Amino acid sequence: MSSAVHHSHSPTQLALRRFARHKLAIASAALLALLALAVACAPLIEWLLGVSANQVDLYNRLAAPSWQHPMGTDELGRDTLLRLLYGGRVSLLTGLAAAACAASIGTLIGICAGYFSGRTDTVLMRLTDSIIALPLLPLLIVLAAIDLTKLGLSAQLANSESISLYRIIVIVALTGWTTVARLVRGATLSLREREFVLAARGIGASDWVIMRRHILPNLLSPIIVAVTLSIGSVILLESVLSFLGLGIQPPLASWGNMLTNAQQLIWEAPQLAIYPGLLIFITVICFNFVGDGLQDAFDPKAEQ
Amino acid sequence: MSWALLQLIARRLATAAVLLVVVAAGTFALIHAAPGGPFSADRAVSAEVETALAAQYRLDQPPLLQFASYLGNALRGEFGPSFKYPGREVSELIAAGLPATLELALYALLLALVVGISVGALAASRPGTLRDRLPMGAALVGICLPAFVLGPLLVLVFGVYNEWLPVSGWGELAGDKLLPTVTLAAGYAAYIARLTRAGLREQLRQPYIVTARAKGLGGAAVILKHALRGALLPVVAYLGPACAGLIAGSFVVETIFQIPGIGRFYIQAAFNRDYTLILGLTLFFATLITLFNLLADLLALWLDPRQREAL
Repeated sequence: MSSAVHHSHSPTQLALRRFARHKLAIASAALLALLALAVACAPLIEWLLGVSANQVDLYNRLAAPSWQHPMGTDELGRDTLLRLLYGGRVSLLTGLAAAACAASIGTLIGICAGYFSGRTDTVLMRLTDSIIALPLLPLLIVLAAIDLTKLGLSAQLANSESISLYRIIVIVALTGWTTVARLVRGATLSLREREFVLAARGIGASDWVIMRRHILPNLLSPIIVAVTLSIGSVILLESVLSFLGLGIQPPLASWGNMLTNAQQLIWEAPQLAIYPGLLIFITVICFNFVGDGLQDAFDPKAEQ
Repeated sequence: MSWALLQLIARRLATAAVLLVVVAAGTFALIHAAPGGPFSADRAVSAEVETALAAQYRLDQPPLLQFASYLGNALRGEFGPSFKYPGREVSELIAAGLPATLELALYALLLALVVGISVGALAASRPGTLRDRLPMGAALVGICLPAFVLGPLLVLVFGVYNEWLPVSGWGELAGDKLLPTVTLAAGYAAYIARLTRAGLREQLRQPYIVTARAKGLGGAAVILKHALRGALLPVVAYLGPACAGLIAGSFVVETIFQIPGIGRFYIQAAFNRDYTLILGLTLFFATLITLFNLLADLLALWLDPRQREAL
């Protein structure tokens, strides 16, 4: 029964194949892509509808869905669909950017700790442990209240509309790198002793080259899985902070701060709470499914 | 062995003390970088009044000196006067809000443990069947559904559409503690269910379970009498972070249901730049969380002989 030509597949191809068998992960990835496309098209939809996302229209408060407002309007007469799309932009962008920044910091710290071991390892891991032990939400609340002009930023930048967005990304990046750091350190510790690393050292490769060319590529798949899984929790964190009024500041829309406003109107207009809540939920659960799918796909122990 | 245990506790407490000083210093530095002074939001006052106020609250001294005297007082349990609630001490405010917050967190923890462990055990006893998939699917939903989405949803269903339960308050109307508790507990119950299921699946593969079964023990007895003890280790390890999360989560739940706990003071303090209240509460939370982590570790030691021997 053996075929004449034996096709061999690269590990990436095998992983992609295994991922493709994961129905839920594929569906989630498709849904996320659709969502990303929709929020990317927000300005186009804005142009088509002829209204802007922050345009207040008090004659049209809490309007029912119509051609001009496909999902109705909120308590200030702003278009709900547009605000959801712009809020989604903020949430997805924050999630991706913050998770990527956190993963970069974590990778750098983890690889240094694992590769150099000894005192470097002790110091870096003690630092990681103390960051993990910090009470996160209280700290984020304090961090969210800092005056940026006192940190040396220009007043114009510190008061600009999108500063709350950057602030959240920085906050999450500074506190969220610990998981990746531990993961990367553990993997580096075992990779460091492998023959190909010894061979590279034998022919005189520098530490930097070994870390970059030989260790890092082997770490990519666990890092990608960890990042995907963390995007969901970053989006949740952003929403919680915005919900408490300490994250993304109005009039900039985010799913979290739309929920805060909707809370007071839950009797008159429950849909204003349901839409952003549902979107947060769907996004987070989709990232979890995709992360699980990637984890299975990259698992070298998985059956062929 | 108990000597090693004492050493471990001492080491952990020392680390905790260092951590708390670092947290205090960090918070102190950060809120001094917060926009505006504590009095800048009030109506305009003359320069003399402002100086007098600053002197009364020691804001005119150099920051390092302020911090040193603050730390000294904090050790004696005095966090100083609140900037925004005139005439009230921070420790007074903490004492006023603490009962509601602790009660909420405790109820939620109990509910999460009871529901999580029983659902997890039920699912693990028949893996792959509907009895496994349905609750585990629900658990995944529970993990991805944050409290601030679930809360309004529950309010909508049980308070607005069917007027069964009150939608705000704490201990004022009958049944008003139910919705906040469920809101806070849901995510943790889901996570504990997943941990229990995974732990039980692992334990049920062990040889000692085969022995117990061979002796003729039934499915339920095997799980309850033998497997559960080992299976609960990951749950116990999760208790420390869970308590931290429950307290932080109560901020959100207190905001949704207008519960007069310390979480609401905290958010208010961050908005008002009530320096002493933020500092006091941050230190208080940090202490509480460190303590819970230590307790969870000790509980794990008590449950797991292997960890005790490794000491």
